[in-house]
Amino acid sequence: MVDEIIYMDNAASAPIREEVIEAILPVLRENYANPSGSHLMARKALRLIDDARDELADVLGCKAQDIIFTSGGTESDNLAIFGVHSAIGGTVICSATEHHAVLEPTRSVGGKVVNVEQNGAVDLNHLADIINDETTLVSIGLVNGETGVIQDLKTIVSIVKEISPGALIHTDAVQAVPWLDMHLATEYADLISVAAHKFGGPKGVGALIVKDQTKVSSIQLGGGQEMGLRSGTHNTPGIVGMAAAARVTADSKASDTARVASLRDNLADSLLEITNTFETGVRLNGDGSVDRSNKVAGSCHLCFGDIESEALLFLLEQSGIFASAASSCSSGAQEPSHVLAAMGYQRELARGSLRLSLGYKSTEEDVNRVLEILPDAIERLRSLGS
Amino acid sequence: MKGKQKILVAMSGGVDSSVAAAVLLDQGYEVVGVTMKLWGGTSDTGCCSVSDVIDARRVADQLGIQHHVFNFGDEFDTHVVDPYVDAHKRGETPNPCIECNRHVKFDKLFRRATALGFDLIATGHHAQIIQQPEGFRLRRSVDLKKDQSYVLHMLEENQLARLQLPIGNLTKDQVREIAASLSLQTAEKADSQDVCFISRTKGGRKRFLEQHMAMTPGQVIDSRGNRISNVPAVQMVTIGQRKGLGVSGEGEPRYAVDINVESATVTVGPKADLYYAETAIVDVQWIGEPITGALDIQTSAHGHTARARVADKIYWEEPHKKVASGQSAVFYEEGTVVGSGIVSRS
Repeated sequence: MVDEIIYMDNAASAPIREEVIEAILPVLRENYANPSGSHLMARKALRLIDDARDELADVLGCKAQDIIFTSGGTESDNLAIFGVHSAIGGTVICSATEHHAVLEPTRSVGGKVVNVEQNGAVDLNHLADIINDETTLVSIGLVNGETGVIQDLKTIVSIVKEISPGALIHTDAVQAVPWLDMHLATEYADLISVAAHKFGGPKGVGALIVKDQTKVSSIQLGGGQEMGLRSGTHNTPGIVGMAAAARVTADSKASDTARVASLRDNLADSLLEITNTFETGVRLNGDGSVDRSNKVAGSCHLCFGDIESEALLFLLEQSGIFASAASSCSSGAQEPSHVLAAMGYQRELARGSLRLSLGYKSTEEDVNRVLEILPDAIERLRSLGS
Repeated sequence: MKGKQKILVAMSGGVDSSVAAAVLLDQGYEVVGVTMKLWGGTSDTGCCSVSDVIDARRVADQLGIQHHVFNFGDEFDTHVVDPYVDAHKRGETPNPCIECNRHVKFDKLFRRATALGFDLIATGHHAQIIQQPEGFRLRRSVDLKKDQSYVLHMLEENQLARLQLPIGNLTKDQVREIAASLSLQTAEKADSQDVCFISRTKGGRKRFLEQHMAMTPGQVIDSRGNRISNVPAVQMVTIGQRKGLGVSGEGEPRYAVDINVESATVTVGPKADLYYAETAIVDVQWIGEPITGALDIQTSAHGHTARARVADKIYWEEPHKKVASGQSAVFYEEGTVVGSGIVSRS
């Protein structure tokens, strides 16, 4: 093991922002009172939450009263799907490449799954085929966590509303916050999930934006916090941290995105020179160059033929490079990617997937180090077999 | 750190492999632990469950070594689970642990370890590797009650040369003492079941096989072909079985002495019909030169040995209880594995 850390797993969790730590520490020390109480200290804590709600609403482009604070992306997704299904019934539809936090609730309420095309975009014809007037909720993630592919939410929404005008749109936007203008979500979707740790905030806090709260039932009962939609004592430091992270992220989004996209392009272009290597979710331009316009800036997701990503990740880790492949299961083992399977990738090729996800802290030195180590690791594994 | 040999130790989350890792660390190796995730099914016993991965990880943390998880589920399905089901379809009784060792632990894991730059691999099996003038040989554990050389008999010399079995010279009690002295959290953990992908708590082997294959209803007959009763699944009957065949109660006890899936019959007979002077075998492999004299032969993972000669068949010195086809027969000379074969129907 080397001491150097090359963090290429920002899509799993981003490094926490210094400004966030600064914002959280005094809350931990001083604002420990329960915000649901009635005394002065409680009211001070509640004030912090109200301010954070305003801040987050301003950054995301939604109304403050639409924000329901949760414990993170998974809870937000569960609340959206179970909450809507419980309130108004009908059929839920999600895409085959959704996070398990969307797929599993959808399956458990007997929902339908819409196919994607080979580049990861939702198959709009299939979507139109399976929507009917029973459809009450369509859940399509704005950015895929594995491949970084951005969905055309505007077009998807227009198709849904044409066939089933009353259907609600949910988008798991947890991967979008660091890179995209969040109006892409808040303008078109009725329910939006975000999670603080994906954009430099702490773990264990997130939000579901709910535009019409009469169409969502709570899935967790108790003290009736968050308009009765999410009972449970507020995570004051987490909520304050999330708002701070959202603000810093928004302020530096344009420059971070441009800088990281250029690093990513250099990384991906160089890695594509390795034989039998494929980049997911991209299109080829007429001149042979790669069009990554439908991927977020931080995403470099590749499949290497004749490679098993577990072995590759091991070798990268020994050189201080931390990345991931598909999602890990609870045992920590790499599971075959349902996302790549849905995009039509053969299991053999999907076994060689690698997600290098860059973030606001990524540097040119990081990319150079990866380019120094990774091609040799691939060559070693291919020559020795693993 | 330079000059240290790098060793990858397979840690199942049990006490044996925990202590194996500790012993290797003590011997000065650079040790990395790995838990193989082999089975995606619902089994919660043996080497495949999340809680075992947690145990292995915590022991690695206690020892201060790296711990990784490798998902060899595809290899396990292809080389262990599918052949296990197929063998039962033919009415055979295979030993899946042997196939797991052959294809997963000592093929896939060996190749992975080599590719990742390890010099050696290790497991927590109870067996010993000895170096004889003619090469490396596998020998029984000093703890004969826990000996696992039977399920490792397929190891070839080039594999034995790169394998360490650090607890083979320890008794199980000694293993537990070491674990306790290091306060390893697996020190008092119960021994695992043999067939890790079949949960005992959820209907066991019968339920597992019912979910994976069509059962053949059949007739129970005597040696003259007289029909006695029916059984719902010929494949679920085992040689020597007495209950559930409609033959209990009257007269001399009768046992299942032959099982034939093709003709859908189970033949029952008196105890004497279970004993044979010869056992047919195929795929005989010798480690070194074939031995024509009497050997100790073991035909199941926890079975006793019996003296016999091996030629075209196994010729037992004393009549030997019938062995289900598909089982491995492992040949020992003074506690050292010298060869093996697979028991066949005729």
